[in-house]
Amino acid sequence: MQLALFWIFSILMLAFALGVVFLRNPVSSAMSLVMTFVALAAVFVTLDAFFIAVVQVLVYAGAVMVLFLFIIMLLDLRAEKQRKVRPSAWLGGGLVVGGFMAAISQVIAGWPALHQTKPELSDPSFNDVAGVGFTLFRDFNLPFQIIGVLLLVSTVGVVLLSRKELK
Amino acid sequence: MPTLAHYLLVSGLLFSLGLAGVLLRRNILIIFMGLELMLNAANLSLVAFSRFNLLPNGLPNYNAQVLVFFIITVAAAEVAVGLAIIVALFRAKQTTHVEDLNTLKF
Repeated sequence: MQLALFWIFSILMLAFALGVVFLRNPVSSAMSLVMTFVALAAVFVTLDAFFIAVVQVLVYAGAVMVLFLFIIMLLDLRAEKQRKVRPSAWLGGGLVVGGFMAAISQVIAGWPALHQTKPELSDPSFNDVAGVGFTLFRDFNLPFQIIGVLLLVSTVGVVLLSRKELK
Repeated sequence: MPTLAHYLLVSGLLFSLGLAGVLLRRNILIIFMGLELMLNAANLSLVAFSRFNLLPNGLPNYNAQVLVFFIITVAAAEVAVGLAIIVALFRAKQTTHVEDLNTLKF
């Protein structure tokens, strides 16, 4: 059952990710990206990471993708015209991606510790949000506050960048 | 039951697709979407490691999930700044095609 769900959502996720890369219309790419993020949230649920799954849907599929679609509509992008394909770019890209995949599969195949099945949780009804919250505020309090400053800085930066007159 | 290798393989495939998008596409917005795919692939492997390496009390290792939380936050900030830069670029050059942006090319 778990394995079936894992494969369904993984294949869904990878299919939509293919759509992001190979669809010509930017709006279709963005919609595929939304579906990729939703399927990834489902894969997070199969890993018992409920909080991260919810944050993924709220932040990525919600906020980030709305921003993307907003910009695509603002710039009024049409589907790309077919430009002449440079074979060297496709050869180089295919070579890098294929080499990367080959390296990963070799590492995974040669490392028996990675073929363990999921260990049982001691408490199946554990409180996921409490666990993340305690870790975040107790062990990672300083990084948490620094990330708040980062958000402030990026907000100011975006306001500055999108003014009409760039000085 | 899916093993850790399954999750790492799917995460690797997602990362490769994002990398392919960055290398093969010429629209700067699609390149940006490829970057998001790669960040998400990293998140997936982190969450998988967190679930497969339990703490001594038998619960998932939350350090990895907090790191994923930080990555999501930084990615959101990065998207906001990046899209603002793309809009400024479009105002100046009227294009999002990276091959038309060759002013700095020698």
